[in-house]
Amino acid sequence: MEDVILEYIRSEYFDEDDDEDVELDANTPLISSGIVDSFSMVSLKRFLEKKYDISVPDAEASAEAFDTVASIVQLVQRHQGGA
Amino acid sequence: MAYPSSIREAHSSQLADIRGQGLYKEERYIHSPQSANIQVEYPPGAALKSVVNLCANNYLGLSSHPDVIQAAHAALDERGYGLSSVRFICGTQDIHRELEAALSTFLGTEDTILFPSCMDANAGVFEAFLGVEDVIISDRLVHASIVDGIRLCKAVTDTYKHANMKHLKQKLEEHQDKQVRLIVTDGVFSMDGDMAPLDEICSLADDYDAMVFVDDSHATGFIGKTGRGTPEHFGVLGRIDVITTTLGKALGGAAGGCVSGRNEVVELCRQRARPYLFSNTMAPPLVAGALKVLEILSGSTARRDKLEENTRFWRRGLTDAGFVVKQGESPIVPVMLYNAKLSQDMARDLFAEGIYVIGFFFPVVPQGQARIRTQLSADHDIPLLEKALESFKRVGEKHGILGLDKKGIIEKFGM
Repeated sequence: MEDVILEYIRSEYFDEDDDEDVELDANTPLISSGIVDSFSMVSLKRFLEKKYDISVPDAEASAEAFDTVASIVQLVQRHQGGA
Repeated sequence: MAYPSSIREAHSSQLADIRGQGLYKEERYIHSPQSANIQVEYPPGAALKSVVNLCANNYLGLSSHPDVIQAAHAALDERGYGLSSVRFICGTQDIHRELEAALSTFLGTEDTILFPSCMDANAGVFEAFLGVEDVIISDRLVHASIVDGIRLCKAVTDTYKHANMKHLKQKLEEHQDKQVRLIVTDGVFSMDGDMAPLDEICSLADDYDAMVFVDDSHATGFIGKTGRGTPEHFGVLGRIDVITTTLGKALGGAAGGCVSGRNEVVELCRQRARPYLFSNTMAPPLVAGALKVLEILSGSTARRDKLEENTRFWRRGLTDAGFVVKQGESPIVPVMLYNAKLSQDMARDLFAEGIYVIGFFFPVVPQGQARIRTQLSADHDIPLLEKALESFKRVGEKHGILGLDKKGIIEKFGM
């Protein structure tokens, strides 16, 4: 799951020319570092919901919960568990 | 007084952090009118230094134009200094409506509403005509004032990769369930100097039933053959639903901004846009100065033609000298340095050479994208730019970056 989300972040947010040197792993801050803009969290949330067949309430789709791939994985797993 | 020492210390510590991160912004005191050559006191208390100004938004050199100053003087005498009112109480003079009409004619739009600044126009416009059932899809590099305006609006938000039409198309497809889809972009991007491909954006808007919003603050007056801005450049005059722009850059540089576009959107701003409803009207001298600017620009393209010539010379000169320059056609010409410290060191060395430029780095530009942004003006001339170019070459040589590409600069200085 981690690799799938990392790949989504790379394809959705990285620019081939400008971002080739930007490092990204599960603990890289996404929103606070400016890699992911908070305006597009709706797309990220939609991707997760569709891909993992879950429903994330808007209140839980916070900048904090989405700030690293590791925290996103936790969020998805919590909802997959029926939370 | 409820400002105890603990709070004072906390604030001081925040300021120390800003300094520690190298993000502290300092003002440089200018002792002359805005121009190609200015007298600068920097650091505070230092003797005045005459420098070439390569960082003003004075694209057309109209900030200190004698006819503009004269028009402002006349309005000061005839209409007063200020109106002590918002527009809808007792702050609208005939000249305010005259300026709104002149802007509509110049921009080729249905109607226009003035704001105290374009920051205010962008802060108020989205909330005035969009709601929860709508979506705003914005370019990821739009100006901070647009970001703030979008935050104040209840519409769903989404973004697309900078100027990436494939990505925008995908986002438009994703949001077909919304009532209004508004594509939001800058006309010319302030930090990169490139233009949004408005012809392609308008085609996508047609295909996917979307409205188009353009902030043309860094284009109005000089981009396009007659200076009507990026819609003229891309042949889409009349197809942009909402344009915001400023009077604080090329159009005299004093203050003021506007929303220009579809009648109903402008009218909704007049009824609902909070920065319009709750801030003071534009002062008469500023209104009259802007009217004179539009008169000058409607009569001749000489200034924007000269700016275009200066821009071509400068872009070619920097590129031939071996700098990495962001490609484009606008008079915003970023010299890419990637490393934040290098951008500050070079700006300092250039100031010592008599060249006034500013180095920008994260968070003003993305991480690892530090640069010196140079901006041309019709007030510059080729001999002046030749001298400035020599200074750039000397400083570039000192830091050993001439001829290095992005990879080379990053290898030498880090990101």
